[in-house]
Amino acid sequence: MSILVFAEHDNSSLKQATLSVLAAAKEIGGDIDVLVAGENCGAVAEQAAKADGVNKVLVADNAAYGHNLGENLGELVAEAGKGYSHILAAAGTTGKDFMPRVAALLDVAQVSDIMGVVDADTFVRPIYAGNAIATVKSKDSTKVITVRPTAFDPVAGEGGSAAVENLDVVKDAGISSFVNEELAKSDRPDLASASIVISGGRGMQNGDNFKMLEQVADLLGAAVGASRAAVDAGFVPNDMQVGQTGKIVAPQLYVAVGISGAIQHLAGMGDSKVIVAINKDEEAPIFQVADYGLVADLFEAVPQLEEELKKVL
Amino acid sequence: MKVLVAVKRVIDYNVKVRVKPDNSGVDLANVKMAMNPFCEIAVEEAVRLKEKGVASEIVVVSIGPKAAQEQIRTALALGADRGIHVETDEEVQSLEAAKLLKAVVEKEEPKLVILGKQSIDSDNNQTGQMLAALTGMAQGTFASEVAVDGEKVNVTREVDGGLMTVSLNLPAVVTTDLRLNEPRYASLPNIMKAKKKPLDATTPADLGVEIAPRLETVKVEAPAARKAGIKVEDVAQLVDKLKNEAKVI
Repeated sequence: MSILVFAEHDNSSLKQATLSVLAAAKEIGGDIDVLVAGENCGAVAEQAAKADGVNKVLVADNAAYGHNLGENLGELVAEAGKGYSHILAAAGTTGKDFMPRVAALLDVAQVSDIMGVVDADTFVRPIYAGNAIATVKSKDSTKVITVRPTAFDPVAGEGGSAAVENLDVVKDAGISSFVNEELAKSDRPDLASASIVISGGRGMQNGDNFKMLEQVADLLGAAVGASRAAVDAGFVPNDMQVGQTGKIVAPQLYVAVGISGAIQHLAGMGDSKVIVAINKDEEAPIFQVADYGLVADLFEAVPQLEEELKKVL
Repeated sequence: MKVLVAVKRVIDYNVKVRVKPDNSGVDLANVKMAMNPFCEIAVEEAVRLKEKGVASEIVVVSIGPKAAQEQIRTALALGADRGIHVETDEEVQSLEAAKLLKAVVEKEEPKLVILGKQSIDSDNNQTGQMLAALTGMAQGTFASEVAVDGEKVNVTREVDGGLMTVSLNLPAVVTTDLRLNEPRYASLPNIMKAKKKPLDATTPADLGVEIAPRLETVKVEAPAARKAGIKVEDVAQLVDKLKNEAKVI
């Protein structure tokens, strides 16, 4: 068996999620090659070559791949992936965008967002917002798979010494182009891979009140997330949303503040190791999954939390 | 221009699903069904494009059992002009759905195809992208803004780090994210009028597509239940527990 892992990156550094995808690839077993596609992405290729378990790094460096356009990546990966038994990418917005294109071009099904590997053909994935767990077996010769990064412990990013090869394949479909992007700037850890996440919901009442959570987050080195209600109300941008249709997180500690705990939110954080809920409604569904629940007004509890943390940290 | 919208009949998003005792799947008997929420957003966007004078006709298509006609009627009540029902009782997976939609696209030749980004039952997030690949069209996935400009469409996409705008040649495929719009409700007169709008039925065989699922479901299980924990008295106790009992801070 041979596996091609698509490296997710921003043209300068490899995303942590890629190391988790490599862990999933190791569970499947076989030679693992990594594909780095981007523009001026040599540094990423060097990083990928150092990751544990990588056999070979293939680099496709061209302006056509600079912005992760699904049309171009789809054609590239479908071509580069020929001959591999498995093609894997992280189930982030990049992988979700181009991987189904790869699958369709190869005329195979895609297995989305796997959280477990049973054997080389059989995988475990959540359906119905994580309220059911399906085990599916692929009958296709090439398995196109996206991997839920939080379900696999990342492999070591250092120590490997894979060969780096240039891939001379330029696929520019010419039907789409990048216009611009507005990326959120934050010094806090990445939400999807943070070990502590503190999230606010509708109970926060407005965007300014999220500053209270940010102060606690900074003490803990945590990322700040939000429920859909908080995003829809315009308190915070949508890239902070945790849930079925937002980001999936599984930190060591998840603190839900003013979040009721709808099915769709639980789908995004239910695998956290320890869940804390702060809510004034003691009937809120979030308390059914919280390891530690505090029934209190968040506007009193959160500043107190900050004070208490200052004492012990 | 003509806009094609694909809608799916799924379990209502508020329903807490139950896994069947024999682990063959989720129990759908006597469960409330509805239009997939992302598909509602797709219909709404098409209707808004028509109201702006950009779209001239909205065709809505659904694949599934007879009962999926309810969801097509709902879309017609919201403002779509006519419906196409691809009737089948078989399980239709994403790749087959994309192939069926490709056959409909070849017949109807829409300028824009709008789908939801994912259905809330299978959570695959694949069909729109697969349709785009099979038809050679550009794709604007996870759209939070769609602006048609002559022979191009600008799509603002929700990506992991924030927002990204791409320009796509038409015809193109767009998949909707939650933030694209707020779907309207169908009024009673519109629901009555929708009953008279044309709805054509076809089958996968008519469209020349063979339904052959490539993924076999081995079993479906309930997720491991999380035990409810304890209630703490105050913030000091909470911090103490997190530090000394759970050891996570």
